[in-house]
Amino acid sequence: MTSALKPKHQRLVLILVAVAALIAAALLAAWALRNQASYFYVPSDMAANPPEAGQAVRLGGMVEAGSLKTLADGVTIEFVVGDGTARVPVIFSGIVPDLFVEGSGVVAEGSLRPDGTFKADNLLAKHDENYMPRELEDMSAAQKREAVAETQ
Amino acid sequence: MIAEFGLAALWLSAALAGLQLLAGFLGLRQSGSELSALVRPAAVTQALLCALSFGALLLLFARTDLSVALVAKNSHSDKPFIFKLAGAWGNHEGSMLLWVTVMALAGGLIAFLERRLPERTMLATLASQAFVGLGFYAFLLISSNPFERLVPAAAEGAGLNPLLQDIGLALHPPTLYFGYVGLSIAFSFAVGALLTRQVTPDFAKVMRPWVLGAWIFLTLGITAGSYWAYYELGWGGWWFWDPVENASLMPWLAATALLHSVSVLASRDALRAWTIMLGVVAFSMSMIGTFLVRSGILTSVHAFAVDPERGTFILVLLAIYIGGALALFAFRAGTIAEGERFSVLSREGALVVNNVALSAILGIVLLGTLYPLLTEAFDVRVSVGPPYFNPVGAIFFLPMLVVLAIGPLLRWRRDSFARIRLPVIAIAVVGSAVLLAGWLIAGIALMPLLGMSLAAAVAVGSFLPLRGRSLRRLPLPVWGMVIAHFGIAVALFGMAADTAFTREKLVAAQVGETARVGPWSVKLASVDPVAGPNWTALEARLLASYRGGGEHELKPQARSFWTPPQQTSESALLTRWNGQLYAVIGGEAEGGRWQLRLWWKPFVTWIWYGGVLIALGGFLALLGRLSGDLRRRSAQAKIAARRAPETVSEPVEVVA
Repeated sequence: MTSALKPKHQRLVLILVAVAALIAAALLAAWALRNQASYFYVPSDMAANPPEAGQAVRLGGMVEAGSLKTLADGVTIEFVVGDGTARVPVIFSGIVPDLFVEGSGVVAEGSLRPDGTFKADNLLAKHDENYMPRELEDMSAAQKREAVAETQ
Repeated sequence: MIAEFGLAALWLSAALAGLQLLAGFLGLRQSGSELSALVRPAAVTQALLCALSFGALLLLFARTDLSVALVAKNSHSDKPFIFKLAGAWGNHEGSMLLWVTVMALAGGLIAFLERRLPERTMLATLASQAFVGLGFYAFLLISSNPFERLVPAAAEGAGLNPLLQDIGLALHPPTLYFGYVGLSIAFSFAVGALLTRQVTPDFAKVMRPWVLGAWIFLTLGITAGSYWAYYELGWGGWWFWDPVENASLMPWLAATALLHSVSVLASRDALRAWTIMLGVVAFSMSMIGTFLVRSGILTSVHAFAVDPERGTFILVLLAIYIGGALALFAFRAGTIAEGERFSVLSREGALVVNNVALSAILGIVLLGTLYPLLTEAFDVRVSVGPPYFNPVGAIFFLPMLVVLAIGPLLRWRRDSFARIRLPVIAIAVVGSAVLLAGWLIAGIALMPLLGMSLAAAVAVGSFLPLRGRSLRRLPLPVWGMVIAHFGIAVALFGMAADTAFTREKLVAAQVGETARVGPWSVKLASVDPVAGPNWTALEARLLASYRGGGEHELKPQARSFWTPPQQTSESALLTRWNGQLYAVIGGEAEGGRWQLRLWWKPFVTWIWYGGVLIALGGFLALLGRLSGDLRRRSAQAKIAARRAPETVSEPVEVVA
């Protein structure tokens, strides 16, 4: 079949097949990215415009002083993440990062539950002076001061 | 002195790269120019000098010379010796020096060894290698000098990120770099062939072993990196779709496609333009990866420097090299003659599917990796993770696996379905049997189920090409293909089994308490303080028993380093043939309890066994190609010797 085609045509067919597959891949990727990318929220965004329950998102802000509680099982913690204007309660089961303490910044990966609690699957805390989640680094200094002042 | 010597050697090798480029370029314009005799010696000397320069840096780190800024910033006299050495490339400047060293060595090796290419293509190739090298020399010397002095010298070094103080660091970056940067040869060959318009099967035969070599290192580097992340991060995962991981996966995907298309070009003289294109794309992906990792755009353990100047520098280099090569391709591709034709149902046809699927996956990974950077320009923060990569990648990966199982059975040029009906039915039966059993009996979720079914199909399919052939006389490259394809099946099975069967347990346990995870019961025997050379730790002693059998000891630690002050968790692993028990100790909970996180991961180790098998397959193929070349070379020498008495030629005078 194809071998009956002229040489020019075979090259054309190959190019068309490759281009079609790549375009299909790009369209698929674009569609999936819109739906599957996980958006970053600070508490005030989350209060104003909450994501759908169950949708994977990330929440960044300051761990409010005095809000951290360990539940009876010894591995589940509850705390509140605030940014000075809004507060979101968070629940997390697992081993917390070493530099996760009250009054410091955190990025929680997870999803919002229907009751308004944020269920975190993973916590990223500032690791050391040189390594911190980008979102915290970029949180404006004023925002950080506000957040800390608010919670002190 | 050593630092100055290293810097001088580096400047000299940069100058030699300039000479190599100039002489190669002039030699190309004026054939027979005496300048072209300079190109090969320049490439070899450049490689030696660059290696000396890197040796000087190693020596500085070995002696912890704190009058050098880089050493003071990244090392410490208390560090174990092996990590002092590894620290040489555990930072931005050192790793870029390793980059140019590998590039120079690669160029030097082709200049020294490769005699089969037409001389003009060789000149163009070495000139191109030098051109790319020059950009990175400039980057190193202008904005990232590794030999910069610190006045006054520091009293003590700042230490190395504890996550990097691991034997994995001693192995993973050099291996990965040999692959990553080794692909620069494919790029230069492609550019060289475009310049001289000589894209022939002979050219492909020359290019193939170099691509194979780089690909083997890349495969091993990714496998080692994945295992390192798995046990060092303590998160129990082996692939996070982290941009840095993607940065190594993308060149691998392109190199894998290139490896297959270069074989088609070598054996069948088809897919000429496409092979050249892939040669350009593969190394472009390495450079994009370097940009992503080194520009500070991403934050991760790998991003040593957050420095906009450096990011811009690499971006400009990227634009010149990738843009230039693609423009050259666009101008010249039309002049590359059409290759041989083939039918859809043929080995070539199957390899085209493989290439298109790999390219599509590459595009998907690339878009997913760059998407957060794109949206950031519009001030929208997103991150892209497994919910995107896994299903979207699978749409192309799964059909590719079907073709992988069947493709090697097909003949070159044209084949008929009737001839391969029996083996195809065998493959289909095995795949469907696993699918049904997994679904009905084990109730496995869709993705891992498909993975397992295809793993079984590929495993059977990978050995079927051996059917009816004498195993003792089978050429090594065929063994290489069989083993590499089988390795894909093994790794895929490991991934699917880990996804489907992993059991996790998170508890706060008293000393003496027992936790159950999967078939294991794990008793917390004690928690004790221990000390290492530059850290202290709390170490849990766990006694684990598999289905009530004998007890095995595991000792996970929570370590505190003091230079720099940082804490890490050292996971403990217990390996059986059918999986790994993975234990991490967390903090102290109320009432004298300790947090423990335990995983039972059935067959997870198969992922890395598979990776090693894939690389081994590549190694066998490389060995086969090289021994074939050697045999041909000695046969040609014999023929030449026999003919010599008839046609005595005057010895050519060599101009020094």
